[in-house]
Amino acid sequence: MKLALKVTEVEQLSPLVKRFRFEDPTGASLPVFSGGAHITVEMPEGEIIRRNSYSLISDPYDGSAYEIAIRREDKGRGGSVYMHTKVSEGDEITVSAPANLFQLDLRARKHVLIAGGIGITPFLSQLKQLDMEQKPYELHYAARSREEAAGIKLLPQAAHVHVHISEEGARMDLGAILDGQPLGTHVYTCGPEGLIAAVADQAARLGWPKASVHSEAFTAPPPGEPFEVVIASTGETVHVKADQSLLEALEAAKVEIEYSCRGGGCGRCQTKVTACDGRILHNDHWLSEDERAAQKDIMPCMSRFKGTRLELDL
Amino acid sequence: MPNTEFSPSIDSRPTYGGLVSQGAAPAIMVADEAGAQALADLAASDASVMDHAHVVLVGCGAATLGDVKPVALYETPDLAAATPLVTQLLNDARMGTQLYLAGSEGLMGHVSALAIAAGMPVEEIQMEHRGSIARRMQCVHCKGITEDVTTDPFICSHCGLTLFVRDHFSRRLGVFQGVCVDAETPGDVPETVEIQA
Repeated sequence: MKLALKVTEVEQLSPLVKRFRFEDPTGASLPVFSGGAHITVEMPEGEIIRRNSYSLISDPYDGSAYEIAIRREDKGRGGSVYMHTKVSEGDEITVSAPANLFQLDLRARKHVLIAGGIGITPFLSQLKQLDMEQKPYELHYAARSREEAAGIKLLPQAAHVHVHISEEGARMDLGAILDGQPLGTHVYTCGPEGLIAAVADQAARLGWPKASVHSEAFTAPPPGEPFEVVIASTGETVHVKADQSLLEALEAAKVEIEYSCRGGGCGRCQTKVTACDGRILHNDHWLSEDERAAQKDIMPCMSRFKGTRLELDL
Repeated sequence: MPNTEFSPSIDSRPTYGGLVSQGAAPAIMVADEAGAQALADLAASDASVMDHAHVVLVGCGAATLGDVKPVALYETPDLAAATPLVTQLLNDARMGTQLYLAGSEGLMGHVSALAIAAGMPVEEIQMEHRGSIARRMQCVHCKGITEDVTTDPFICSHCGLTLFVRDHFSRRLGVFQGVCVDAETPGDVPETVEIQA
């Protein structure tokens, strides 16, 4: 489902991060969501439509608007720069209905939320849900400097909200955070891959069950060398440009394909490979090690190809 | 006597993998008289598993454990008496605490439900079935629980309906489900048979 909305607020939160508020142009209520959900934003520019997913930061129970916060990535493929430079109040914008790949496990007795940098965004909606449900939680937000910590403006001042600014010498101590948490605690991490791995490693060392450790990495499709794929049903060859993902190239060529997260996490765009002479460069979080090695499946939103022939079952 | 092998059933029917030592981690262990032998076997496989273990015995005394010496040992007459004690241990426990249950399905179902309520993932609970195959059954009609059911069908001890013993199990409540066997044709009750493993 797609929603045609209007940009009603744009606010500079920090030198690199802007907050956007989208409302229905007629004032109608939007579908509510759950903490940790994201929307996919369409960014049409010339012939191409970029689609990036962003975590919702507004109140999940408030249907009056959706809010997102976007960090400008000058080395990215252009989506965040487009949002920062081309989108202003009053513009129309098309977004998907919310979907959630990072929901809270409400069976938990306590929730520990750990954010690094822009990884604070999914927690902003989660903590509104946790407050509403009156669930115990603590939030740890790590950033390099106070100036860069865009989330500070959006966080409540509370004893269980901890901000760790490394420039001020207040580095986050994962051992101290995780050790001694009550039985039934779940931990959620969002931020750089290194932080996610460090939390998982520390939790495993303390004997935490895997099912109690959750994470979400924001991944954008990496650019790479151009390559070509063949569509098995039509024999058509689709060219994938250096700064384009395979999914985007398929969409541009009007090849029908499903998608949801566009970040290699949800599994919706998984596609069978009918012939592969070369090496698939898997960049997703979905396929298992064995599936990657078999080269019989590819996640077109993230992964690329190096070789002479890749044929897709589309 | 090893871990009981139950005949294959629906996927959701609980199965018990047997106790495997997770080393000298903080642990809560709950067992009845038959299950105590599984704890003794566990300690024999790795003595360090008892270094930080709190053991709750239900309906039996310390002698059933032989010379196994956990850091704390509690003797309780029955599950009802053990419940507040186990709940307290779970509430005070920290992440990384291991839970070992051994004995009847009624004991394991009840204590695992307490652990799930305390936020523990069910797949992290170690269980080994020993002894009686009697079941703890909930009447789906009146919601009353009948302990130690060994026949199928059986009479609900609360509302008196004749109930068919299902393999459907509520992990939240720790009980198998009993469904009225003669709802369509009152009085047409199949022959009573002993429950099999």
